[in-house]
Amino acid sequence: MTTFWLVACLILLSAAGFALGRHRALASAGGQVRNLHSLPNYYGANVALSISVPALAVLAVWLLAQPMFIETRVASTIPSHLIPENTNIGLVMSDIRRISEGLNIAISQGIMTKSEVDFLDAETSDLRSRLGSLGIALGSDVRPEILDAARSYRSMSHDGRLMMTIVVGLLALIGFSRSYGRTDKDYRARNVVERGVMGLLIVAASLAVLTTVGIVLSMLFETVNFFGQHSWRDFFFGTTWAPNFRGDSELSMLPLLWGTLYISFIALLVAVPVGLFAAIYLSEYATAATRSFAKPLLEILAGIPTIVYGLFALLTVGPMLVKVFGRGEQGLLGLDWMSGATSVLTAGLVMGIMLIPFVSSLSDDIINAVPQSMRDGSLGLGATKSETVRQVVIPAALPGIVGAVLLAASRAIGETMIVVMGAGAIAKFSANPLESMTTITTRIVSQLTGDTDFASPETLVAFALGLSLFVLTLGLNILALYIVRTYREQYD
Amino acid sequence: MSDITQGKHSGSLLTQSAHTKKRNAAETRFKAYGIAAIAVSLLMLMVLVTTIVSKGLGAYQQTFITLQVELLEKKLDKKGTRILADIKKVSTFGYAPLIKSAVTAKVEELDIETGLKSKQLVGLLSKGAAAQLRDFVVNNPDRIGETVEFRFLASSRVDGYLKGRVHRDSIANDKNISPEQLDLVDALIAAGVVEKTFNIDFIIGADASDQRPEAAGMGVAMLGSLSMMLVVLALALPIGVGASIYLEEFAPKNWITDIIEVNISNLAAVPSIVFGILGLAVFINYMHLPMSAPLVGGLVLTLMTLPTIIISTRAALSAVPPSIRDAALGIGASRMQAVFHHVLPLAAPGILTGTILGLAQALGETAPLLLIGMVGFIASNAPDSIASGLMSPNSAMPAQIYEWAKRADPAFYERAWGGIILLLLFLVTMNTVAVILRRRFERRW
Repeated sequence: MTTFWLVACLILLSAAGFALGRHRALASAGGQVRNLHSLPNYYGANVALSISVPALAVLAVWLLAQPMFIETRVASTIPSHLIPENTNIGLVMSDIRRISEGLNIAISQGIMTKSEVDFLDAETSDLRSRLGSLGIALGSDVRPEILDAARSYRSMSHDGRLMMTIVVGLLALIGFSRSYGRTDKDYRARNVVERGVMGLLIVAASLAVLTTVGIVLSMLFETVNFFGQHSWRDFFFGTTWAPNFRGDSELSMLPLLWGTLYISFIALLVAVPVGLFAAIYLSEYATAATRSFAKPLLEILAGIPTIVYGLFALLTVGPMLVKVFGRGEQGLLGLDWMSGATSVLTAGLVMGIMLIPFVSSLSDDIINAVPQSMRDGSLGLGATKSETVRQVVIPAALPGIVGAVLLAASRAIGETMIVVMGAGAIAKFSANPLESMTTITTRIVSQLTGDTDFASPETLVAFALGLSLFVLTLGLNILALYIVRTYREQYD
Repeated sequence: MSDITQGKHSGSLLTQSAHTKKRNAAETRFKAYGIAAIAVSLLMLMVLVTTIVSKGLGAYQQTFITLQVELLEKKLDKKGTRILADIKKVSTFGYAPLIKSAVTAKVEELDIETGLKSKQLVGLLSKGAAAQLRDFVVNNPDRIGETVEFRFLASSRVDGYLKGRVHRDSIANDKNISPEQLDLVDALIAAGVVEKTFNIDFIIGADASDQRPEAAGMGVAMLGSLSMMLVVLALALPIGVGASIYLEEFAPKNWITDIIEVNISNLAAVPSIVFGILGLAVFINYMHLPMSAPLVGGLVLTLMTLPTIIISTRAALSAVPPSIRDAALGIGASRMQAVFHHVLPLAAPGILTGTILGLAQALGETAPLLLIGMVGFIASNAPDSIASGLMSPNSAMPAQIYEWAKRADPAFYERAWGGIILLLLFLVTMNTVAVILRRRFERRW
């Protein structure tokens, strides 16, 4: 039975349990609601929750744990001489998974029978081509040990699923019989249900923590794998990025970090002055009408998906820059500084446009939080409006503005689509903004898309890059928060 | 203040001193900077919108060529038995000659002088024309032997010529089209055989291989996005609301609650691509869920939008005044009842607005989808059930746009811009609904 149907059955069962529990409670009170301890629906909910919650919880844990359990069991049966050199067990395991999946497809399509699969001989049956015809491509011919492992993998996952269905079904039945048996007019159903709901709420709240733990663990695990195959010194302090899928790659983060920071710097160079001045004008000078007209329009810029900015960079801004700075004699300036549409400047400019509303709306809030009495004091002493802004409002709001700029920088560093489409793919240290360069996020995308083999350092490096990116952006966010909290002036 | 009457400050109050002039000039400059900043931002918005509209609207129009094709029995059904299995044996190659003769006949009928060979004549049509013909015959085997009128898609070069993307001087090195062919197209336009009409297939159709930009559509990718949004809605709304209720109404003030709160605000600032890495490592690499499945995309986007939804839901819950809770508790409700019967319904409009905005954010997100494989294949078949809609590989709207932008043929760029118009229409609609909900149902105490 598939998981989908199992869940559907549980839901149906819970609905039935709800009706039964409610009915039984009412019957025990002689049909009089006032004789019940709780409202009738609580009795129904009690039965429904007892059926579904433990069963679903076990189902979820089982689905998570079963693959790991089976993989370790199967992996331990594979003799070490079968693992090709320079790879690890993961490659063999993915072959095993594919074979067992192929056998399943063959059985479901009626090409092989179950007993035929059980007595399949790897030497004679030419499994590779037979599975190939089903769309399962294998890298090499199937060895007998591998076939055995695949068979045991298949039977173990099959048995595991069966066991799971039985256990989940049993749990649901136990939950039903216990809660249904207890249903009586004096049973404190509301208190029990409320405690259960509270538990569910706590689980929902801790999912956020679980996500963070998942992010950190999944990346940490693969990063450790990566550093097992590639020296961490080269990753952090090397100067060349040259992945090579035949092995022997030079994978170091510094050139990518340079590209990332350079592009982010240009983006901030565009976004901070424009965003800040826009915020100052909107909060200090603009009439209410202008404000209510310009602010929503600015926020539209923030709501546009990044893929749109990416396309804008690739197809509009890039070619326009080439027209200005490139093409030699045919260009506008007669220069030949830029050859392709992708460059640091292209990505930086477009990212700057994207960040304008981010900077302006954050600064706007902060500037508005500066109390009016300070402005009045300054104006009363004879300062002009701009002097008030420069010498009173901005210094008072400075910690908040610095925080906003740091948050914008964190956004710029983590931004993906604009740099994937606008920045290019060449990793190098160069100060020329018209050259194409590459960033951390771009490399993560390119190392992880397409057919990835989770055993090679060329793929695993993406996890190390991801972890570095995570730490970098998290650090910037925490720094921003710290600056705002520590240096904020309290006006009350 | 004796210096008023002495030195350089002497004179009338009505004439400005040099110092005052300087200060006033600085004031004017400062104000001008502000106006310039606003103007630059709004100009960028205008440039962006005009670019999208001007480059994307073309995708909603397509060039068609109307031809009368004689469905020759001796080519399509040699035995004359009309048995479907036999008819299906004729591959699209078997239909090519019919199209060839139909084009040649049309050119002769209109009496157009052209030195083109029949192969170049067929080059005006999309490469999918034979497949279109075959589909028709397989579905209507009884029409074999008749002459039927078809509207074939023109090839992307002819389409580009009608839309002004392809010119006679831009095709010097183009193997797919020649100036003679364009002359013929001009003649056919004059005869009304070639015409440009509204292209519903772009909205409801499937993606096509990179040989046939003229046939590519967004429909299947839209279904993929829809399935993902359903997953996000089904998971993120209950989990987000549950988490917010706990944190806002029940959580004791201790270090565990602090950790959860700091965590959520940090998760909201994690780059979206990190969620893609998480999805790849956990859902695909570890749990072996299928690559490119909208279910996986939905799960990843759920994790990504959860902080957004939690933050806006908490704001909505805390906006409900404590007196409501006190009144409910005062007449004997439990704390749980006070929250679920009174606070939650009152906060519902705010929660809904936040959820819609979170969904809009998820709909436009691309980067995590790249990592779980929603790019790089041709989403050609619409899913036939909800389960296959969730589990079978599909694309999503932003991923499809990215895929088109990557392809070599510039004809796909028009599709990409057109896709962006669709995507933005969805986003504008969702945001408008959110604003209307907020205006209409939001209560202020």
